[in-house]
Amino acid sequence: MSPVIKSVHGRAVAVPGDDIDTDRIMPARYLRCVTFQHIGQHTFQDERFDGRGNPRPHPLNDPKHAGASVLIVNKNFGCGSSREHAPQGILRWGFKAVVGESFAEIFGGNCTAIGLPVLTASPSDIQDLMTFSRAHPDAAVAIDLEKKEMTFGARRVPLDLRESARKMFLEGLWDSSATLFAAREQVKAAAARLPYLHDFAVTP
Amino acid sequence: MGRTLFDKVWDLHTVRELPNGQTQLFIGLHLIHEVTSPQAFQMVRERGLPVAFPDRTFATVDHIVPTESQARPFADGLAEEMMVALEKNCRDFGIRFFDFGSGEQGIVHVVGPELGLTQPGLTVACGDSHTSTHGAFGAIAFGVGTTQIRDILATQTLALARPKVRRVRVTGKLGKGVYAKDVILAVIRKLGVKGGLGFAYEFAGDAIERMGMEERLTICNMAIEGGARVGYINPDKTTVDYLRGRPRAPRGAAFGRAAAWWLSMASDKDAVFADEAAIDAGALEPQVAWGINPGQTVGVTENLPRPETTPNGARAGLEEAYRFTSFEPGRPVSQIPINVAFIGSCTNGRMSDLREAAKVARGRRVAPGVKAIVVPGSQKVQRQAEAEGLPEIFRAAGFEWRNAGCSMCLAMNPDKLKDREICASSSNRNFIGRQGSPTGRTLLMSPAMVVAAALQGRVFDVREIL
Repeated sequence: MSPVIKSVHGRAVAVPGDDIDTDRIMPARYLRCVTFQHIGQHTFQDERFDGRGNPRPHPLNDPKHAGASVLIVNKNFGCGSSREHAPQGILRWGFKAVVGESFAEIFGGNCTAIGLPVLTASPSDIQDLMTFSRAHPDAAVAIDLEKKEMTFGARRVPLDLRESARKMFLEGLWDSSATLFAAREQVKAAAARLPYLHDFAVTP
Repeated sequence: MGRTLFDKVWDLHTVRELPNGQTQLFIGLHLIHEVTSPQAFQMVRERGLPVAFPDRTFATVDHIVPTESQARPFADGLAEEMMVALEKNCRDFGIRFFDFGSGEQGIVHVVGPELGLTQPGLTVACGDSHTSTHGAFGAIAFGVGTTQIRDILATQTLALARPKVRRVRVTGKLGKGVYAKDVILAVIRKLGVKGGLGFAYEFAGDAIERMGMEERLTICNMAIEGGARVGYINPDKTTVDYLRGRPRAPRGAAFGRAAAWWLSMASDKDAVFADEAAIDAGALEPQVAWGINPGQTVGVTENLPRPETTPNGARAGLEEAYRFTSFEPGRPVSQIPINVAFIGSCTNGRMSDLREAAKVARGRRVAPGVKAIVVPGSQKVQRQAEAEGLPEIFRAAGFEWRNAGCSMCLAMNPDKLKDREICASSSNRNFIGRQGSPTGRTLLMSPAMVVAAALQGRVFDVREIL
């Protein structure tokens, strides 16, 4: 069992823009590592710093947003490379959930697998959330995975996420390895009916 | 009701439906490389899990490989550490590693097909988004993250949600100087970089049927750039002919049985698709992806789009692309100068790509000031190209001929853009910072178009010199 995740509370920060790819979230040079341990600090590195290492204006450089735990994004966030270094960076930066208009498929799966819920909201609600987080960087927002909604200020907006992911978070089963491992015998049976492992198997 | 290839492969590999609605899916072929696997092995070790089917996982090294000196230890200590980790993990868990000494090292998506590991009807997974490439054989192939690599190592299965299937029909005869790369760029331009979210793409139609396997690999390689995690093409005689005699394909009578099964996995004539799209490839000209994602593409004779006449949904993205590239809206794309030319990658680093590029380069010279490199996709491609005399043609034209790897597609090795350089590239992503300089710019195009750009020092219509 992995920890149950029913809700996320904390402050929100907006990183706007459609099609923000995982190269921008985690530049490839920081993939030269054999552990994810130190990767959090490089999240959005080249968006946050120029070539000489000087900080650029970026929401994650803004002290007002330090310690935020909900990342607000637009469409197709996390597209491109499957590098899990990107969601690991976001998680290790301190985020506990990402809310956006839509997410790239592989990125969304990677987030779920490490216990980082990604949830979608309508474009207008995302716009309002972004405006709210800029105006009230200190205000707490709350995500309720059971009810699939988010509250910020006086607003309450519906959220969506894949039902399978919602169940995994609510039941503490987002770490899939125990679930998959439990079916060892069924896996063997599935393998036994694959012709390429038997009828025309290639043994080197 | 007929079934799609996707349905057949998915159902065959279903271990069970999970209570949460996902499917536990058996993975027929698992490919690993040095970048996304070390943390997965670490997780497997920490949890005391076995590697369930070590003979269904194959490893190679590609992303961090230096393409000049490959002497060990690598000059980059971090790259060396990753290589050492992969060597140890393969040794400890009994996984076959196609390393430099094997003569079969190369980009994971070039190696799998050329060895015959990738076959129709399989599920294929790899910790790399361009795993969609393998769908060219009629496999269901997708990129996964590191935690999912852990799951495959430990159980040979994954928990996945079933996508819908969209058939993309590509019709018409490609014009001279128009290649598979132009077709897939045009598809992404038309359907958008997020158009494929939630879908697997079946590429069909007479234009796809006429393509050889290497062209089909280029098409499926970039399905992910259109948002589709999976792209595939139904197996046919071309597929079977390609596999015959490959080192890891069945032999003798077993090959006949395999071929019959492979062909039976193709989508039924009356298969039903959740969605359909079509593109007339006969009308295409060479394409150039100029912006900050592969959907920001124009034909080589077109002008760059003007944000003010672009529909609302795409306008902000265009404005961002112009802010980053400093290109001028409305100007002909062919006026964009280039500093670097890169031929290679899992998209276009195979023999047919290098032959087409060499045809254009033969007897000509790269423009002064342009740095041009050719990086074969694998050691096998490299040897074949050398046997055909291609390096001599490239070198005489002013290109550097390198060793196999991912190289400047993502610049995890020493091959990188500097500062604001503009690169004509046969790779798959023009994302901000992709080629190693946070401010460098990338123009995606076919290998022949990259050579034309290298010769002229600017984007140039290769049809004028074919």
